[in-house]
Amino acid sequence: MKILIKNGRLLDPASGRDETADLAIATGRIVQIGTVNDFDADRTIDATGLVVAPGLVDLAARLREPGHEHEGMLETELAAAAAGGVTSLVCPPDTDPALDEPGLVEMLKFRARKLSRCRLFPLGALTKNLHGTALTEMAELSEAGCIGFSQADTPIRDTTVLLRALQYAATYGYTVWLRPLDAWLSGGVAASGSVATRLGLSGVPVMAETVALHTIFELMRATGARVHLCRLSSAAGVELLRAAKREGLPVTADVSINSLHLTDVDIGYFNAAMRVNPPLRQQRDRAALRAALADGTIDALVSDHMPVAPDEKNVPFAEATPGATGLELLLPLALRWGQDAGLSMVRALAVVTSEPVRAMGNALGSLAASAGRLVEGGVADVCVFDPDARWAVAPEQLQSQGKHTPFAFESSGFEMPARVRHTLVAGTVAYSHAD
Amino acid sequence: MLSKRNPQLNKHGELIHLLSIEGLPQAVIHQILDTAGTFLSVNDREVKKVPLLRGKSVFNLFFENSTRTRTTFEIAAKRLSADVINLDIARSSTAKGETLLDTVANLSAMHADMFVVRHSESGAPHLIAQHCAPHVHVVNAGDGRHAHPTQGLLDMYTIRHFKRDFTQLTVAIVGDIVHSRVARSDIHALNILGVPEVRAVGPKTLVPGDLKDMGVRVCHSLEEGIKDADVIIMLRLQNERMSGAMLPSAGEFFKNFGLTPEKLALAKPDAIVMHPGPINRGVEIASEVADGTHSVILPQVTFGIAVRMAVMSILAGNEA
Repeated sequence: MKILIKNGRLLDPASGRDETADLAIATGRIVQIGTVNDFDADRTIDATGLVVAPGLVDLAARLREPGHEHEGMLETELAAAAAGGVTSLVCPPDTDPALDEPGLVEMLKFRARKLSRCRLFPLGALTKNLHGTALTEMAELSEAGCIGFSQADTPIRDTTVLLRALQYAATYGYTVWLRPLDAWLSGGVAASGSVATRLGLSGVPVMAETVALHTIFELMRATGARVHLCRLSSAAGVELLRAAKREGLPVTADVSINSLHLTDVDIGYFNAAMRVNPPLRQQRDRAALRAALADGTIDALVSDHMPVAPDEKNVPFAEATPGATGLELLLPLALRWGQDAGLSMVRALAVVTSEPVRAMGNALGSLAASAGRLVEGGVADVCVFDPDARWAVAPEQLQSQGKHTPFAFESSGFEMPARVRHTLVAGTVAYSHAD
Repeated sequence: MLSKRNPQLNKHGELIHLLSIEGLPQAVIHQILDTAGTFLSVNDREVKKVPLLRGKSVFNLFFENSTRTRTTFEIAAKRLSADVINLDIARSSTAKGETLLDTVANLSAMHADMFVVRHSESGAPHLIAQHCAPHVHVVNAGDGRHAHPTQGLLDMYTIRHFKRDFTQLTVAIVGDIVHSRVARSDIHALNILGVPEVRAVGPKTLVPGDLKDMGVRVCHSLEEGIKDADVIIMLRLQNERMSGAMLPSAGEFFKNFGLTPEKLALAKPDAIVMHPGPINRGVEIASEVADGTHSVILPQVTFGIAVRMAVMSILAGNEA
C-alpha cells in the first residue's frame, strides 16, 4: 500500500523541521519527504491545513491485559492509542499475572502485533510477581521483547533487593524504570496538604517521593545503573532530578498529563475521577513540573493511561481505584501545555515523540533511529492532526474502555486544542477520524 | 461547573443535604441553631412530638457502628413524627458484597425521604447525595475524618447557649485533631461564626503544623493552648492511637495533654469544657473535670437532639 500525505505542515521535533511538505510512504517506510510529484499512490490524504507529525510515543499506558479485561482490553485500548495518534507505547508490568515470564510477554506482543494498531513495548517485572524479593530472569525477558524493567507502582521495600536489581540490570545495560515512591510513606489517597487535610483524606507527603529519589540516586552512583524515573509529582522531586542530571547520573524522567495540568484543588467534592497515582499535588508543584518539562529536566510527557471500570470509581474517593484514561488526550494536552508555556508547536511535540524515544535508549534497537521522528527511510509512524479543531471531552465518546478522566468537560471545563485526523503505523492507516 | 457547586445547597442557597459545615453561609447555621432552640421546649413537654415529618421515612444507614449517634438521630426523627428505619449495614448487605450505591438504590426504591449516613470513608455521604433521587435528603452523621456536621452544630449551639457572642471568644480544641471529623466540623463552624481565635492543641503527631491552613493556631503544649480560653473542646482519643507510632502511651498523653483541674485553672474562670463523648476518663480528661462545674458535656447531649430535629425539619422543607 502506497500512501501520499499531501500538502501538510510537516513538523519533526528531532530535526526541528517545520515546513509545508508531502510525505510519500511505501512498504511501511517513508520514502520521500518534500515536494512529491511522480508517486503512484494507492491512497492520497489531503493534509492541507493539518499538521503531519511523527506518531506519538507514550512511555506509560496500561492496557489491563492480562487479568483486568473487564476494565480494558488490547483491542479497545490499542484503538484508543490509534485514535490519540500514539503509535508506540510502553506498558508497565502490573498486569495479573505480572509480566515476569517470557511467555506472557511474547503472548502480549503477539496479540498486539495481530491488531497492528500500535507498537507495544512491554516493561518486564523487576522482581517476581512484583513482590520485591526475587529478581526476574531479565535476560530472558529482554529477549522476549521487554525494553526495560520496572516495579510499576509497587515500590521495593527492601533496599538490598533494589540494590541487587540495579546491579544486575547494570550488568546487561538494561534500563530500570522506577516510580520514586517510598513504600512506607505512600499509604495515603491524596497529596498531603491543605486539601487533603480539609477533606479528611489520608495524605501522601512529598517526602514519599524525595526519600525514594535520594535512595535511587545513591544506588545509581554505586551501581552505574541507568534509571528512568516514572511520573514525578513534586517541585522538590524536580530539584533533586535537576541536581542528579547536573551531576551526570544516567537518568531520564517523565511526568503525567494529570500532574502537568491539575492540582489537588480539582478534587472538588471528592471527585473520584481525580483519584490518580501519583496524587495531584499543589500549584507550585505543577508549576515546577511544567517548567522542568519545558527546560528538558523532565524528558517526556506520558498519558499514564489506566482504564478503570465504573464500579471501581462509583465508590467513596479513598476506595476508588486510582487511574484515568489518557491515551486519546496526550496530544491535545501536550499542545495545550506548549501554548500555555509559550513554546513552539515543534518543541511541544518533542516531549511526546523524539524525547521519549531518547529516554528509551538503546532498547529499541534499529527502531531507535526512526521511531518518534519523520525521516526518509525510517518507519512510517505518522500522526496527522488538525491544530485548530477545538473539542470537549465527552467520556462516553472515547474509544478506551475506561471512561473516567479528570478532563471530562462537564467537570473540568477543559477544552482540547487539537484533534487527530489520521494515524499511520508502519505505513498502514490505523485510524481515521470521521466527522 | 457542575461538580464545583456546593452540593448541599440548592440554587436558592437553601440547605437540601447536610454534608459538611464547610461552605455553609452563617445565616444557615444561625437558622439551624434558632430552630433548635424552639425544639428544646418540645423535649420538655409531656408529649414530646411535633408532626413536622409525619408520613416521612428516615433511614439511618450506619456503615460504621455507633449506637449513641444513631440513637440521637432516631429520637430526633421520632419526635418529628417520622417513621424511622435503622439499618446496621456494617453487619449486613455490604458484608455480602453489595456496593454502597446499590444499597442506596434499593432503599430509595422503598421510598425513603431521608438518609442519615455514617461511613468510615471521607466523602461517602457526598457520593450518596450525588446519586440518590432528587427528593431524598442526606444527613452526614460522620464520614471518615472528614466531617460530623451535626456534632459541630450542637457544639455551636452549646457555645452560643453559654457564651452568647462568638466574636469575642478563644476556643481550644485539644487532642487527636488530625483524625477527628468533629474537630474539622468545629473548626469550620467557629471560623464561619467569627470566633477570633481557634486553637488546635496536641503533640505534632496528632496536630501537624499544616492544620493552620484550616484557620487555627497550632499549639503543641496544653498550657499554651488553653491559657485564657473561654471554651475547651476535648476530643476522644481512639484506642488504636494510644500506642504505636502516633503516641507512646495513654499515660504519657494524659500527663501532657489530659485536662486536669490544675490545667483548667489556666483558662478563663468561666470557661466551659466540652467533649463529644464517649469520654475516656483518665486519658484525655480527669473525672474531676468531666463531672465538675465547668463541664457542659451532658447539656451537649440534650442540645444534640434539638439540633438534629432542626436539621431534619429544615431539610424536609427545602426542595432540590
